[in-house]
Parts: sequence; C-alpha cells; structure tokens
Amino acid sequence: MQKTELTRFEQTVLPHLDAAYNLARWLTGNEHDAEDVVQESYLRAVKFFAGFHGENARPWLLAIVRNTCYTWLRRNRMDELTTELDETTPIVDPSAVNPESALLTAARTEFVRQALEALPVGFREIVILRELEGMSYKEIADIAAIPVGTVMSRLARARARLQKLLSEPDLSEARA
Amino acid sequence: MICREVQELMHGYVDGELDLVRNLEMERHFHDCPACSGVQEQIRNLRSAVATGAPYFRPPSGLEDRLRSRIRQAAVVESVAPARAANTWQWMGIAAAVLIAALAITFLVRRPSGSELLAQDVVSSHVRSLMASHLTDVPSTDQHTVKPWFNGKLDFSPSVGNFADRGFPLIGGRLDYLENRPVAALVYGRRQHLINVFVWPARGQPDYTVSQTEHQGYHLLHWNQAGMTYWAISDLNAAELRQLVSLVRAQ
Repeated sequence: MQKTELTRFEQTVLPHLDAAYNLARWLTGNEHDAEDVVQESYLRAVKFFAGFHGENARPWLLAIVRNTCYTWLRRNRMDELTTELDETTPIVDPSAVNPESALLTAARTEFVRQALEALPVGFREIVILRELEGMSYKEIADIAAIPVGTVMSRLARARARLQKLLSEPDLSEARA
Repeated sequence: MICREVQELMHGYVDGELDLVRNLEMERHFHDCPACSGVQEQIRNLRSAVATGAPYFRPPSGLEDRLRSRIRQAAVVESVAPARAANTWQWMGIAAAVLIAALAITFLVRRPSGSELLAQDVVSSHVRSLMASHLTDVPSTDQHTVKPWFNGKLDFSPSVGNFADRGFPLIGGRLDYLENRPVAALVYGRRQHLINVFVWPARGQPDYTVSQTEHQGYHLLHWNQAGMTYWAISDLNAAELRQLVSLVRAQ
C-alpha cells in the first residue's frame, strides 16, 4: 500500500471504529473477542482497500466486520449459528395487539439488552444495524448479503420476538 | 389497501423505506383502522425502547492507537505482497522476460538509447498494472470524474476523453511513475484487451508524430503533442491501437 493510500485508509475507514466495535461487541457478546475481531477486520480491510471505490466506507467496513464475526462464531459459538431463523410463520397476530402492551414495552427498557442478547444472531445483527447504526434496508442488505425484502421480513420477525420477550413474565422475575 | 397488505409493509413504513404513494396509502388506512394503527404504534414504541435501552458499546481507549500502528505495519507488508501473490505462470512469464532481456543485453552490441530504456519502463509499468490488481486508482467511465481526480496529485492536468462510442471505453485513471516523475495513466478497454496511455509534460521537447515499436509482444505508440509526452501500450493489435491514438490525438 502506498503512502497516499494509507492516508486515505486512515481518513475514510478508521473513523468508523465505533461502529465496527459496537457490531463486533453485539455479535461476539464480550469485550475481549470484540477487540480481536475488530483488529482482524481492520487488517483484512487494509488488504481489500484497493478494491473499495465507494463513497461510504462504513457499510463496506461493517460487511468485513460481520464476516469476521461469523468466522469467529463458527469457531467458537457454533450452537448460535445452528439456530434456525423462523422465516415462514406469519408475523402479525392481530389478537396479540392490545393497548397495554405498548405501555408495557416502554416500562421495560432496562430489559432490552437482555432481550437483544437472547435473539438469534441472524436477527440480532439486523436490529443492531437498523436501530443503533441507522442503516437503510439497502445498506443492511449489502452488509448481510441478503435481499432487501429479507431485511424487512427479518426485521419484522426480530421485532416480534423482542416484543414477545419484553412481554414475558420471566424477565420481570429476573429483576427480583 | 386491506389490512393484510398494510401489515406486510408495516415495518417498511415505520422505517421510512416506502415510496411516497404507498406511504400516503398507509396513512389513509391507519386513519380508518384502529387495529393496524395500534400495531404501528406498538412497533414505534418498541423501536424507541430499543433506542433507549440498547447500549452502544464504545471501543476501549487505546484501541484506535493500537489499530493505527498495526495498520501501518500491515500496509508496509502489503506493498510487497502483490509480487508474492503472482502465480507460477506469471513467475514463468517474468523469468522468461528476464532471460530474454539478459540475452538481449548480451547479444546486442549497441547500448539501448534513452527512448528504448523508457520504452522498457513503459512495458514494465503496463505489465505491473495488469499484475498487481492495481489497474486503476479511480475506476470511472466518466472523464469528468477521472480528470479532476488527478488534481493535486500531478503538476499538470492531462486531457481525458472517453471513446466508448468508438469502442474504446474509458476504464479509469491511475498515478504511475516514469522518467523519475509521477505521470498520469489512463486506462482504456477494447474487448478483453487493456490499454494504458501514459501522459506527462514533455519538458521543452518539440512535438513529434507517432512512432511505433514492439517490446515483449506489446505494441507501443509514442508521440509528443502540445507540450506533452504520450505513450500508449497494449497487447491489442497495432491497427486498433493506432485507432485509439488518433482519437486521443484529435481531442
């Protein structure tokens, strides 16, 4: 890599360290491995940088971080990856809609982290990219290498699960 | 819109991913349908609960500095790596080229002239651009993107044309180094062939018309025009390469 390229790398890719770390932390579940994954991702990013010509380096970098996380998961948390994502049953159950559940959710903010950690990784990553990184469906589709329509349906399923987890009585018992 | 359609698009609506027309249809439906409106409200509440309740993990202090130094180390290694990545055939090609060059030096009594040495450098730059997966720094078929890209990187502004309509699409631009100075390399395509056109200021040399040579199976066309030196090189046949050159000369 030439010096000008290195400077360009440091100016365009390094500033997205927060996003890279946050995603790695949510997918690996601990600080130590998140840091390793981030380091490895950046080294891969250096290697692939010649092939990057886009405007926005953040989704590009996050795609590398995600792949590195999956490599790590395959080695260390295979059980997490074998969880089947239920993508067939209908999501919206109109009978489940009741006026109280909305209020219930707001009061349970403190359990959101636990609920997110309990989501299968394939749902968790979509929620993190959408809600914490504010990524568009198109960007998420590029990062996770899935069609835009699948982004929407996974997000719908992920949110339905979160909603369910946050309405379950066990979580409030865990508080006691 | 019926409830089922609305529910299918619900998340797209809440995430602001729908087009204007469908957005309005959704809003109209919510106005008339308390059930769907309730679902929508619930999703919005969930989103704000996630936004408030989910921590955004910050990297530990010092990670950025550690990364920066590792990246710099990796970048140095990386600049050596492409040569190592060459496959056996490329190595054999290089070995053959080296052998031919050695033989040429042994058997040719006369010393190669300055322009022949330069031609060798042009060939090397061309071959390197094809090998090291570093064909372009600015891949673009738009001359209005490629030309400004050179600003600030060179002390001259090369004229950049796109001749896609004549069968020579512009592929991009690249900085290269010839005659001890940075030069502009413009990359054109012709079917499966790639053409490098190197441009740099002629340093007071007079204009002269196109001369043609052949080195290591590549055709080279060289000329000086309007105070600039040009070298066009490709494995494309000489007749078609001359076509591109007349397009470049005419712009």
